[in-house]
This record gives sequence, structure tokens and C-alpha cells, in this order.
Amino acid sequence: MSKFESHGSYTPATGFGKWIDARMPLPRLMHDSFVAYPVPRNLNYAYTFGGMLSIMLVAQILTGIVLAMHYTSSIDTAFSSVESIMRDVNSGWLLRYLHSNGASFFFIAVYLHIFRGMYYGSYKAPRELLWILGCIIYLLMMATAFMGYVLPWGQMSYWGAQVITGFFTAFPVVGEPIQQLLLGGFAVDEPTLNRFFSLHYLLPFMIAGVVILHVWALHVTGQTNPTGIEVKTKTDTIPFTPYATIKDAFALIVFFIAFAYFVFYIPNYLGHPDNYIEANPLVTPAHIVPEWYFLPFYAILRAITFNIGPIDSKLGGVLAMFGSIAVLFLLPWLDTSKIRSAVYRPWYKLFFWLFVADAIFLGWLGAKPAQGVYTLLAQLATAFYFAFFLIILPVLGLIETPRRTPNSITEAVLEKNKKRGRVAPSATPAE
Amino acid sequence: MMKNILATIGAAGLAIAVAVSGASAAEDAETPHYPIKKPREQSWSFAGPFGTYDKGQLQRGLKVYTEVCAACHSLKRVPFRALGELGYTDEQVKSFAAAYEVEDGPNSEGEMFTRPALPTDTFPGPYSNDEEAKLANNGALPPDFSLIAKARAVERGFPKFVFDIFTQYAEGGPDYIYSLLMGYGEEPPANIEILEGLHYNPYFIAGPALAMAQPLYDESVEYDDGTPATLDQQARDVSAFLMWAAEPHLGERKEMGFRVMIFLILFAAFLYVAKRQVWSRVEH
Repeated sequence: MSKFESHGSYTPATGFGKWIDARMPLPRLMHDSFVAYPVPRNLNYAYTFGGMLSIMLVAQILTGIVLAMHYTSSIDTAFSSVESIMRDVNSGWLLRYLHSNGASFFFIAVYLHIFRGMYYGSYKAPRELLWILGCIIYLLMMATAFMGYVLPWGQMSYWGAQVITGFFTAFPVVGEPIQQLLLGGFAVDEPTLNRFFSLHYLLPFMIAGVVILHVWALHVTGQTNPTGIEVKTKTDTIPFTPYATIKDAFALIVFFIAFAYFVFYIPNYLGHPDNYIEANPLVTPAHIVPEWYFLPFYAILRAITFNIGPIDSKLGGVLAMFGSIAVLFLLPWLDTSKIRSAVYRPWYKLFFWLFVADAIFLGWLGAKPAQGVYTLLAQLATAFYFAFFLIILPVLGLIETPRRTPNSITEAVLEKNKKRGRVAPSATPAE
Repeated sequence: MMKNILATIGAAGLAIAVAVSGASAAEDAETPHYPIKKPREQSWSFAGPFGTYDKGQLQRGLKVYTEVCAACHSLKRVPFRALGELGYTDEQVKSFAAAYEVEDGPNSEGEMFTRPALPTDTFPGPYSNDEEAKLANNGALPPDFSLIAKARAVERGFPKFVFDIFTQYAEGGPDYIYSLLMGYGEEPPANIEILEGLHYNPYFIAGPALAMAQPLYDESVEYDDGTPATLDQQARDVSAFLMWAAEPHLGERKEMGFRVMIFLILFAAFLYVAKRQVWSRVEH
């Protein structure tokens, strides 16, 4: 039996509870998953983003459903309907700013979540599927966010849609039919907006479905922890409630403070001014830039300015961009190290932070015009991006000498506290 | 461990900063950058966490808009009823609206007709369509002003855009409009050629010159509240008015924001104490 089903500490107190439990033990499932579920006792705040992400998904769905009540997906009225939400709908400005900034904060949380997974080697066996499900969620998020950005039908909406659907034409033979299928015609127009609206409403529910699988997989293997050592005994864990619940709640509210700061004080900081100009197919904006969370990939796309054999630079750019995401799926097999956590891998730790810096740098480059020295810098940064996954990770695992790892989570915790000179309270881990 | 992380981030940041400054210098050498001059940052009553619109200023701005800008620029998303937020009474709004004629219909005879505007109508534009507007303006289309203060912002560049988060800088639009209105009359540099029918303005976002001639001068309007109508004053007032037109709920937003922040901070403090208490039972 998996850990998911076996904690078995649930005892229904009432007759009604017993009646339900014998027929459809949903309360038992909830209790075993979110109350009794054992988590490593040494989880730090980097492990709180998963909970935040599920809350953000719910928040986006709720604000989105209300916004959809006031939005019209016709090219003649879409922009005006968004403006009427901003001006006339009760608290419409709040809903809309929550939703648009919510998308950005969703991505902030997901990037921190992904980086945490990379730092602590959370993707390694037996959690490969858990990692891949996460990658699928990330892909779905990107599709959802892209289509959502098209809906207000501003200049960046329109031209962003033009550029991104144009990627597909780079593929020989199948490219143009795919693009026409996406657009519902030969250009970004009424059918495009309608199908994007429909899909933008659909995809979050698919995300929710994959999130359930993600959490299921998590509860089968159990969480990793900063030491990267598997849970061995009961003293290594504490029950999810109250420990993880209260910690997640605190982290969530701190995250909400940052979120609220943007929504209420600088709601357009993460947006682009051109998207307050209604879409005009006859006027191309000076710089077409995607939302900030796509910028690293945009930089990779534009870094390929040369032909590689039969692959022209356009197709090369598109392949590099898709490749930069595809390589994430292979991460569990590219990292050859037997040690999970970067804490015990001095060289990996260094390269991890260089990778983070590289990703941020690519993001900055993505917002710059693709010319002159920026192209060269983007090429270097792209080269490092791929080298990190395809060369550094496989090689490092073979040549790096890791530091000594503790024997158990409990040992690691006690050792750390001894070093800090903390008086150990009688070590009574909760059951 | 944190020390290591910070050191690494610091080193990486320094490396990037060096690369970036090199990159910016290289870019400047290659392509002309617009605007030629960065907008002049002004202090606005609606800036910062407690900012609100200054109703007197908005009323003056409305006057500049209606008497000068409205000759070419529409304000099609702003209804007359919204003018109540500028401190006008319902009666004043009604009579203000009634001074405009709007097309309505068809009536029971199938005819379109014009009638005095009601508070529920939006500002009628100066032209009946874009083509007519272009014809009257040498082929240039005067943009609608409903969202102009949010639709124009000059790129801030690194590292300013990072500081902007902490200073809550969100007035790029009004700073730009103000600077543009104040930026006429300078002699263009010798290496810049100004095309026939365009007007040099170093603050213009999309080139060295724009189709609009200098629209405002000292005393272009006469203010009802006795404020001297200097060019500076008018440019400032109409920029504030256009910010209001683009973001009418700004005051409400910041006010609610303050309450939300207070709640969240107290709630976070409460949760932190609770968390400490719960976790004190176990070594971690």
C-alpha cells in the first residue's frame, strides 16, 4: 500500500462520519493527505511554494470566472469590454488587476518552486514522474497565460499572438496547417480570439487535473527535504497539520503582501503600456515583447541568428526555444549524481546559482532589441543554458566529490542545532 | 550557507552589471534612441501609497482638455457622469453634458437625429471617424485620450526599473505627457533632419519630431479658480486630468490597498507567532 492510503489515523467521530466513511471515504482521504500526512521535519520555506501555487490557481480561476461574465470575445468589443470592467463593473478594476498580476505572481511562485526542485534535486528517482507532471503543468500554464494575454486585444495582445503563432510556420510541411488551425484562418482575427478565449477558460481546469496527479505522485513518494536523504524512521517526520499547515499559511500571507503591493500600488508595472492601445493590424509596435515570464525563452529564440546545415535560423530559433523547455523533462536522467541535494554538492551549488543568474540575464536580454552586442550576449547565455543541462550536469555527477551526507534527517537536524548552540528541547517528534 | 549564496549572487550580479553597462554603451552608439530626452519626473498628488487626485487640478485639466485638446483628440471611453468625481454636482454635470450634441436614433420615423448629451453619454469626438481625423491632420491620426496616460511610458532601463518597485513609480504616463507639452520650441540638433510638417520635440517617444504642433502656450485657457495659466501649470493639470481619465479608480485602489496591507501584515505577524509556537515543540 502506498503512503497515500496507509496513514490510517482517521477515526470518524460521529455516526454520520462513519456512514460516509463506509461509502465514500473522502474525509479519510483528506485527513490522510493534509492532516496526518507525514512531512520531513526539516523542510524550509523553499518548500512552501507548492501550497501557494495551488491557492493561486484557485484565485485565478475565481477571478477569471467573474471576469468572463463581463468580457466579450469579439474583436470589435473585447478591448472595450475590458475597459468597461476597469471603469464601470463594481470592483472590476480590482478583479482585473488581481487576475493580470495574479498571472505574474503565479509564474514567480512556479519559478521559485522549479528552482527549489533543482537545488535540492527533487526530480531524482523515485520522483521523476512527479517532476514531469510539474513540467506539464508549467507548459499548460504557459499556454494559458499566452492566450490570456491575447484576450484584452491590445497592441501587444495582437502582435504577440502574431509572433507566437508564427513560430509554427518555421516547421516544414506541417507548420502552416498548424498555424492555421491555431488561428482559425490565415491571420489573427475573430476566430483566433474566440478560440483563445475558449481555451483560456478550459486550460486552467486541465491544470487543476494535472495538479491532482502531481499531488498524488508527491504523496506516494513523500516529499524531499534539504538534506536529500529519504525519510527512514518516524522521528524524521512530523504530521502535515499543524506543522506544515501553519508554516505554509505564514509563507502564503507574506507572498500575498508582495502580491497586494503590486495589485494596489503598481498594478501596471509588469504589463506593457502598448496593451492599453487597442489592437491595430496596420500599426506594428516598435518592439514586440512578450510578458516578462516568457522573456528568457524569447531571448533563446532570437539568439539563433545563423543557419545550421539544413536548419535555417528561424527554425533553429524555434527548436532552441522548444528545446529549452523539453530539456527540463529530461532533467532526472541528465543529472548523474547520486547525491540529491546541492547542500552536499559544492560544485553543483555554484553552477546552480550561475544557472539562476543566467536565466535572469536571459530574461533581461529578451526585453532588449535583438541587435548588436545583445545578440552575442544572448548566444552566450543560451549556450550556458544548454551546457548546464547537457554537459555540466552529466559530467559533474561523475567527477564531483560530494561532502559527507548525514545518516538521517534527524541526525542532520540535531547536528545543525548543536552547532548553533541551541538548547535541545526534549526531542519529542510528534507522531 | 546563506553567506555563500549571497556571495555567489553578488558575484553574478556584478558580472551582469558590467556586461549590461557595456551593452548599453554599445547600443547607444548604433541606433538613435527615442525619446532623445528622458521625461522630466514631476511630483504628482496621486503618486505614492496615499496618493489621491487633486480635484481642483482635475477641473483645471478638464478645462484645458475641452478648450484645447478636444479640438483634435477624442475621449471616447469617459462618460460625462464620471465628472462627478471631479467635484461637480449632478446639476453641473447635466448642464456640462447638455452643451454637447450627440447623434441618436433611429427614431420612430427611421431617422437619425442629434440631441443634447446626457450624463450617461461619453464625450463625443471631434471627428466622425478616423479617416476624417487623418484628413484634417495631414494624414496623422490624433490618438484617443481615454487611456493615453497608461498607454505611453518611456522605458526606464536598468537599474531604474528595479528601484521603481520600491519607490512605487507609476507616473511614467503623466511625466511623459507633461514633458512632451513642455518640450516644444527647442532647436533640433544639427545632425537631425526634421521632415516637412513635423515638429521637433526631444521628448517624443517615437521619433525626433511629431505631427502635432505645440498645442499649449501661456494663457491658452483662463482658469476659473484664478490660478495663473502658465504653460507649466496647464501641462501639469492636463496630464493629471488624463491620468484620471485613464485610471479613475486610482484613489479607491490605494485606499483599499492600505487597508489590505495593514490586514495582511497583522495577519502575517499573528501567523508567525503561531508558527513559532507550534514549531517550538519539535527540533527542526
